Amino acid sequence: MKPNDYLPHEVQIVARVQEAPDIFTLRLRFTDLAHHARYHFDAGQFNMLYLHGVGEVAISIASDPKDTHLIDHTVRVVGRVTKALAQLQTGDYLGLRGPFGRGWPMAAAQGRDVLLITGGLGCAPVVSVVHYVLRRRAHYARLVIMQGVKHTHDLIWRRQYDTWAAAPNTQVLLTADQTGQGWPFNTGLVTQLIGQAQFDPANAVAMLCGPEGMMRATAQALQERGLPDHDIWLSMERNMHCAVGHCGHCQFGSSFICKDGPVYPLPEISHLLGVKGF
Amino acid sequence: MNHFLAREDFPHLLSALTQAGYGCVGPQIRQGAIVFDHLHSVTQLPQGWQDEQQPAHYRLQQTDSPYWFNWSNGASAIKPYTFAPQENLWTVQRDQSGRLRFQATLPQPQKTAIIGVRACDLAALALQDQHFLHGKHVDPYYQARRESLLLIGVNCTHAAATCFCVSTGDGPDIRQPYDLLLSEIAAGFLLSSGSTAGATLAAQLPLTPASDAQQHTAQQRMQAATQQQRHLPAKPPLFAHLDHPHWQTVGARCLACGNCTSVCPTCFCHQAVEIPDLDGDTSRHERRWDSCFQPGHSYIHGWQIRSNATDYYRQWLTHKLAGWHEQFGRSGCTGCGRCISWCPAGIDLTAEVEQLV
Repeated sequence: MKPNDYLPHEVQIVARVQEAPDIFTLRLRFTDLAHHARYHFDAGQFNMLYLHGVGEVAISIASDPKDTHLIDHTVRVVGRVTKALAQLQTGDYLGLRGPFGRGWPMAAAQGRDVLLITGGLGCAPVVSVVHYVLRRRAHYARLVIMQGVKHTHDLIWRRQYDTWAAAPNTQVLLTADQTGQGWPFNTGLVTQLIGQAQFDPANAVAMLCGPEGMMRATAQALQERGLPDHDIWLSMERNMHCAVGHCGHCQFGSSFICKDGPVYPLPEISHLLGVKGF
Repeated sequence: MNHFLAREDFPHLLSALTQAGYGCVGPQIRQGAIVFDHLHSVTQLPQGWQDEQQPAHYRLQQTDSPYWFNWSNGASAIKPYTFAPQENLWTVQRDQSGRLRFQATLPQPQKTAIIGVRACDLAALALQDQHFLHGKHVDPYYQARRESLLLIGVNCTHAAATCFCVSTGDGPDIRQPYDLLLSEIAAGFLLSSGSTAGATLAAQLPLTPASDAQQHTAQQRMQAATQQQRHLPAKPPLFAHLDHPHWQTVGARCLACGNCTSVCPTCFCHQAVEIPDLDGDTSRHERRWDSCFQPGHSYIHGWQIRSNATDYYRQWLTHKLAGWHEQFGRSGCTGCGRCISWCPAGIDLTAEVEQLV
């Protein structure tokens, strides 16, 4: 039997966690336990989740690659499929195929400072890296977590940030564009925090996730701090249908984001980053 | 080209193919154009017909010549025979407890011999093979269709005004693998085989050794097709000219109909479509050809990366002529000229590139 990367496998929702009013996490397990045992992924890769009769959607994997128990997907309600996914409950069944794409450079980052910089909502792909680094704390030098959100209520996992800030050799910097009372963190864009980040530009890897304008501005601020382009990694997002580099929707110049990305070192995409229409 | 098959003996090829279990597909005239369809008899072949192509113009004219293949091409390449315009990928059945049973619906195509494949279309097929079969992920649907094909190429003897395969290096003579290769002269065909399947078929035909004179005539006729009016630069640096004002000029003319991507033999974009049955439990997951000229092509949670004809055209052309070099080691254009003829606005890829670089 030839492999068919287009065919989903059945998974069951083992747990469902409401993270914020429009953000939830689905914890999944393949009903075919042998398939579950064979399933491996890298941090930063994604799966195609299929909802019966509705269709597929690309969702990054939020759990730890070494956690063989469950596969977590943190989802924000933005479109047709995610809206329908939000209605599901524990015990319901979905289709899943994956993992796809290139993940974060976790091996290359070993022994170096790790900067995780996110903008916008949630940014599950990077939260999975936070967990990854904290569980292997000795393998990495400093950990700097920077997150910018639009509104203060967009910050999910708020309690976790306190835990992370207390971890050894870890710095947490949070900011919101629009702040209200009781917001103990910064006000403004995440790029404005780069000056406060403590890292060694000669021995650091930055991982960026968020709107492209935010990532471009962040990359520039990091360049100004002396971080080389090849140590700046970005998670890109485009329309995805097939996830195997065949259907053409996610093309970014000469790259298929689903197959060659979604995570890229800056030099591979800088020529088109921010160019309208690509 | 060592063998000769007389024109009156051509039906032997059809019957040899049929006996070997192949369904035959060949060129014929439908709705005023050359199309590929089931071929049962040589009388269906477009004897004496020639195409006249210009930007936004395609007409056939009958001549009294004896030739069956003295035309350049029609709207459709052989792409639909490997990359189906519409293909069911899988079905899923939901039971009463909500469990999902997925079932792949791989095609089981009949062995098919395509007669009259052109050099540009074989070059395009090689590119589609690279895309669907030789990358990180193998497409089993394409693969099943591809493996069912036997390819009988015919060297071109007539170039339309829209042809430019000489400048892309893909024709007019066939340069990619084939099973059988034909060159047409008045009395019949010079024939050579390029595979075991082709050789097995050739062995059943009443062939004679091709004379020097016949080979010379075939060469001369092919030479005529090398006289082409259009030219495409080898590697136009389009990504270095993304702000060129001519993109706007083309965008203002472009109707965003997607004809160019439909007739292009190398375009591979497709979309996934979910079709739930009325019973609510069965659902089909289908793919259909898509086009980067469609607004939904670049849709991403609530907005579109590209939303106007200028952006569509720039995406298409930069990909086809520049992006492909990095993805596939060569241009995505094989010089067939279909996008020029079938563009209702007469947008001419070769002329636009000239303006853009």
